[in-house]
Amino acid sequence: MANWVRISSRSIGNHIRKRMNQGFIGSAVDINKSSGSSSALHGGRTVCDRNRRYLNSLPWNRATLFWFQRFKSTVAEKQQDSFLSSDTDDDQLSLDFPGGKVSYTSDMNFISESSQTRVPCYRVLDDDGELIKDTDFQQVSKEAAVKMYSKMVNLQIMDTIFYEAQRQGRISFYLTSAGEEAINIASAAALTEQDIILPQYREPGVLLWRGFTLQEFADQCFGNKADYGKGRQMPIHYGSKKHNFFTISSPIATQLPQAAGIAYSLKMDNKKACVVSYIGDGGTSEGDFHAGLNFAAVMEAPVIFFCRNNGWAISTNVWEQFRSDGIVVKGRAYGIRSIRVDGNDALAVYTAVSAAREMAVNEQRPILIEALTYRVGHHSTSDDSTKYRQSDEIVYWKNARNPVNRFRNWVQSNGWWSDQQETQLRSSVRKQVIISLIGLDIHNLHFFSDT
Amino acid sequence: MFRVKYVFLQFVCLLQEKKEREREMALRNIMGKRVGIGLMGSRALSTATCDVESGSAKSINLYSAINQALHVALETDPRAFVFGEDVSFGGVFRCTTGLADRFGKARVFNTPLCEQGIVGFGIGLAAMGNRAIAEIQFADYIYPAFDQIVNEAAKFRYRSGNQFNCGGLTIRAPYGAVGHGGHYHSQSPEAFFCHVPGIKVVIPRSPRQAKGLLLSCIRDPNPVVFFEPKWLYRLAVEEVPEHDYMLPLSEAEVIRQGSDITLVGWGAQLSIMEQACIEAEKDGISCELIDLKTLIPWDKETVEASVRKTGRVLISHEAPVTGGFGAEISASIVECCFLRLEAPVARVCGLDTPFPLVFEPFYMPTKNKILDAIKATVNY
Repeated sequence: MANWVRISSRSIGNHIRKRMNQGFIGSAVDINKSSGSSSALHGGRTVCDRNRRYLNSLPWNRATLFWFQRFKSTVAEKQQDSFLSSDTDDDQLSLDFPGGKVSYTSDMNFISESSQTRVPCYRVLDDDGELIKDTDFQQVSKEAAVKMYSKMVNLQIMDTIFYEAQRQGRISFYLTSAGEEAINIASAAALTEQDIILPQYREPGVLLWRGFTLQEFADQCFGNKADYGKGRQMPIHYGSKKHNFFTISSPIATQLPQAAGIAYSLKMDNKKACVVSYIGDGGTSEGDFHAGLNFAAVMEAPVIFFCRNNGWAISTNVWEQFRSDGIVVKGRAYGIRSIRVDGNDALAVYTAVSAAREMAVNEQRPILIEALTYRVGHHSTSDDSTKYRQSDEIVYWKNARNPVNRFRNWVQSNGWWSDQQETQLRSSVRKQVIISLIGLDIHNLHFFSDT
Repeated sequence: MFRVKYVFLQFVCLLQEKKEREREMALRNIMGKRVGIGLMGSRALSTATCDVESGSAKSINLYSAINQALHVALETDPRAFVFGEDVSFGGVFRCTTGLADRFGKARVFNTPLCEQGIVGFGIGLAAMGNRAIAEIQFADYIYPAFDQIVNEAAKFRYRSGNQFNCGGLTIRAPYGAVGHGGHYHSQSPEAFFCHVPGIKVVIPRSPRQAKGLLLSCIRDPNPVVFFEPKWLYRLAVEEVPEHDYMLPLSEAEVIRQGSDITLVGWGAQLSIMEQACIEAEKDGISCELIDLKTLIPWDKETVEASVRKTGRVLISHEAPVTGGFGAEISASIVECCFLRLEAPVARVCGLDTPFPLVFEPFYMPTKNKILDAIKATVNY
């Protein structure tokens, strides 16, 4: 085969080994097939192309040329892997750089900006609240399920009435968590009281779950004598030391690097607890998101980053926020294990957070959870979202994709809840919420002192 | 003939100026030369009571004094941590030498290159009751952390109604001119932080001050930004007690007594001001020199008492004059001592330009500029 001598630059041995690596020989056999069959020839670098063209030009049967061929497979990548793993001559096939060994390739391939399919979303209940067949989930007891459901209803009613209170001028500002009740309650239910919460601002349900009373919520909104925050911040900026719920601050994402620091402290103290820090889809664009995740990964801190991807950051939809496949794919960029869940499925959220917590605490690592959901309410009382989105879209999510109804169906189908209990619960919560709003209007001047 | 004489005189003047500049530059040269600033370190003329007990003291430079303070801090509090870029091997200015070896990588560690992350992480650590000592490699790079410092650290306790706090946070950063730093290795950003209720800003003038002040900052129940004059890291050498001691915050110190004019400054600038004071003395002007030490909350009483005595005040800082902290001191003094003042409040500061490289000697508030201003104020 004197013709082979014309191949330049490399020794024949190297050349052949290299070509076999890339499945050149295998793919050359399939030249008769469509050109897209081999990834090895993709991008067409000079030596491959030249050889292929040269071989194609030969008059006799191509198959007879390759008497030394060893692979018939056309799957180049698989060949390459198996070849590499069995090869003893590592130096030739991998490069040593700070950060570890990498295998090299002479094919110039860019990693695609997106994968063929989006990362799938974990769910347990279908849209009607029925358990999906053969699904993997963390079972909840009747007691826990009823408590979760009650708290979701609590949150719904508190939101509705407090929102109205703002409209009536009783409080200066409010924002609801409508549509995100499952995220709020189910994520809180999967944690222990020792786990520390660093919220963004749309997670009052977590506080509600932990026992913050309706009166305590109202007091903060009024900024009155009984407000733990001493009247210093706008409504909804709750904070409660006894519930391990750090005070909310308006700047977005600032809590994320702080979460890494708090988690590092827990790690140093050998506590069997983790930090859960919440963020919205918009907040992931902030520099602090990058800082927080990177620090948590490097420090191996037990923190769960819970992203509520509700599709909107005030009027900015996700298409205007990022061009990645949501937030879940960003985890890998930091070396963080991630999952995407259906945020309107209470059981899925509960299961995912339980699993994440176990990994965070036992393996001392951060976890990223992206919960897909929809912001049914306006951004806040200062916003009218019909100005930038369709009313029927809002109505659809409010009714057909309602997380509370969905969970209710599941709880009721287990025989753990009834319509009568529903009515009783709703009326009693309503009463309590209204009573809390009658509360103290007296402001105590804690302007300068902290005690 | 006349023209030749004129040119000759010009040449002589230029030579003199060049010598002056060279002298000043020599003092600023931190390339290995240990020029003792004995006068600045001397406490002989200080009127403040000294908290430092007499014990064994060693002659060390600024970065060693800071290193000692950090060793003491980590030794005395098992929940103290030191972190930042490159602190593990000892730091780019050697302030953290030996800490990782002695206290372990869990307590002394490198962070990713991200100032907002460093401070945010520090806030979190401090919020859990730890002493988080964060290092920002140069004060010029502190701005990404500005949001975390201003919106979070400074308001952490207040907004929570004292349920939470990050008082254990101390942020250290080298600041100030160094002779060749240019825009991004010479800045003095203290004024930005002096505008923020909720944090403290402290700047030491010498090794002995630095050790005591840093330990006070670390142990203070408020988040503190501690700017270290990098020019003095190697240049300033002083007797520093080897034991654990603290110097009080928010107490200014009169380091030179005088009766004709009050000079107020902080950090490295004080040594320049001191030289100006000495020269002014030759002209019969008695200068009182005050080291502010803590910029916020600053010791108004001491400065006011001195101004009531002298009737004149001159403030000097490296940072650009417009909006610098000198403006705050000036406004406060005018408010309290307007009728006592014999002359307008003088400010001799950096020019309103980004900190230049080759023009540094012209940008800086030099001894001669200060001297001119002293004379102008006294002769007003």
